Amino acid sequence: MTLIDLANPTRFLSLTARLLPWLAGLTALLLLIGLYQSAVAPDDYQQGATVKIMFIHVPNAWLSMWVWGVMSLAALGTLVWRHPLADVAAKAAAPLGAAFTFLALVTGSLWGRPMWGTYWEWDARLTSVLILFLMYLGLIALWRAVEDPSRAARAAAVLTLVGAINLPIIKFSVDWWNTLHQPASVLRMGGPTLDRAFLIPLLVMALAFTLLFLTLHLAAMRNEILRRRVRSLQMMQAARRAA
Amino acid sequence: MRLSGRDVRCVRGGREIFAGLDFETAAGEALAVTGTNGSGKTSLLRLIAGLLPVAGGSIGLEGGDPELTLPEQAHYLGHRDALKPALSVVENLAFWRGFLGGEASDAEQSIAAVGLDHAIHLPAAYLSAGQRRRLSIARLVAVRRPIWLLDEPTNALDSAGQSLFAALMADHLSQGGLIIAATHAPLGIAAGELRIGGAR
Amino acid sequence: MSALAELMKRDIRIALRVGGGALIGVLFFLTVVVLMPFALGPDLALLARLGPAILWLGALLASLLTLDRLFLADHEDGSLDLIAMSRTPLELACAAKALAHWLAAGLPLIIATPVLGLLLNLDAPSTLAVALTLLAGTPALTFTGMIGAALAVTLHRGGLLLAVLVLPLSIPVLIFGVAASQAAISGPSSFGAPLTILCALSLVSFVIGPFAAAASLRHGLD
Repeated sequence: MTLIDLANPTRFLSLTARLLPWLAGLTALLLLIGLYQSAVAPDDYQQGATVKIMFIHVPNAWLSMWVWGVMSLAALGTLVWRHPLADVAAKAAAPLGAAFTFLALVTGSLWGRPMWGTYWEWDARLTSVLILFLMYLGLIALWRAVEDPSRAARAAAVLTLVGAINLPIIKFSVDWWNTLHQPASVLRMGGPTLDRAFLIPLLVMALAFTLLFLTLHLAAMRNEILRRRVRSLQMMQAARRAA
Repeated sequence: MRLSGRDVRCVRGGREIFAGLDFETAAGEALAVTGTNGSGKTSLLRLIAGLLPVAGGSIGLEGGDPELTLPEQAHYLGHRDALKPALSVVENLAFWRGFLGGEASDAEQSIAAVGLDHAIHLPAAYLSAGQRRRLSIARLVAVRRPIWLLDEPTNALDSAGQSLFAALMADHLSQGGLIIAATHAPLGIAAGELRIGGAR
Repeated sequence: MSALAELMKRDIRIALRVGGGALIGVLFFLTVVVLMPFALGPDLALLARLGPAILWLGALLASLLTLDRLFLADHEDGSLDLIAMSRTPLELACAAKALAHWLAAGLPLIIATPVLGLLLNLDAPSTLAVALTLLAGTPALTFTGMIGAALAVTLHRGGLLLAVLVLPLSIPVLIFGVAASQAAISGPSSFGAPLTILCALSLVSFVIGPFAAAASLRHGLD
């Protein structure tokens, strides 16, 4: 099954129809294993049991960035290689990326609460994630603003690539801004240096969430393809002469 | 019922479009307004519709409902179709029917009368220009008003659409309505002619 | 009456359906609020003190930007002509459109306020106070802004011109909105007095806005 074969939407639909149940099962399995491992991992000597939010927060934070990477690849696919399914992949990924980013923000907020006393701190890392969240929402707004999906695709592709280039710049600027106003106590959200007891559950959860994204992404792509087919059918219906 | 204008003068954007215009149409009659581009056909219709102020002379309606103004008893079919692409065909029509009041026939019947029933629940964005024109015409069928002010009504309509509209106009006239239409092409019904602009 | 209900229903339906309609105002509100700490610094105490002001400015700018399109779409597709020719007075039609706009675009801003209050380190009672003042004051912003929106149609210009025209008119609302929020948060002056004035400003705008908008739309119809 080459990439070219996958370019055919019908082929894609039949392939993913067979693949998805297995992917979903594997995802569920890994999530269960990861959650179990997180639950039995020892408490941190400093943060207590709350450190375990890390097992959800960190994978979500990683994914929020990786999904933008996936969308950037898809954007290149649209603009450079003209792969037919590239814009479907990009459009389907955006809400998922936004969801993972949002989860990263919420878990980050909950994690910081016992330490900071507030639900939000403008520390460098969380702030960068917040900006990323805004960029995801802007991208979703762009997709929804244009009625014709293929026209929206080019605009979204350009914005995605511009975003990808800007994200390191934004991250650097936010880090620098944060050093200007360094608060007295610095919370290192990475937690203590990870030893094996933490590392393995973290990696398992990261893998589980990645598979979760893959499963949801393929399912969302299927929906988008079907949605476009409905749209074409409706347009044909409108053009049909009345009997 | 009689709609007439005496010595009508129109000024738009500081420029005089026409002056000294007289016309008269009675119930059951149609008036075709002809003239070169820019002669003021659209302006005359908008003047009668109350969308432009009258700069001189007068336009009056005898007969008709004494409690309503002239625009409130008229339909205006302009160049633009007054349709929202985000709404479906029936939602668009049901809105105008509900907003303008005076229902003559219900939305589905009107849509069928203009030959759009196969697209009734589809977004108006998916309609072609000719179909959009038909949907605006459906508004004239769905809401009863005695006066029809039409600006190039058969624009974008194919020949089937034109015959359909000619039949609708004939029907309207036979029920005592009157029609004033600005047009380049023949209307398809018997009509008096008002030429604006004269030889240039 | 049902004609006005039809008009409101249509406007709300369109606002909810068109991608980037009502909710983009909330996104803009969020963006403006997030921008503030980058300019002011992440000092939470400072942000909390400035919180009501930041929220009010964000809501003001967000509602202004979405008001741009209030009459423009109807003017461009010819619907405004038909609305002017209907048996519904144009003033009432304008009021109905403004009310629909507030429901679809203004209310979401108010609902988003608690989340944004969290970002600015405002506690729950303070956020509630700000939300309440926004509830009382955003109608005034919408009904004042509609005048600018109507002028924008007449003058065939939008965007910044609209903002420049309407912002000075919105200053009283901003003053009393922030004052009421501050009073609720830190006392000692009463919360009730500025809030009442805010409500009065909204009520006055319910009258002035539609009349002024209808008057300028009539001029713009040709």
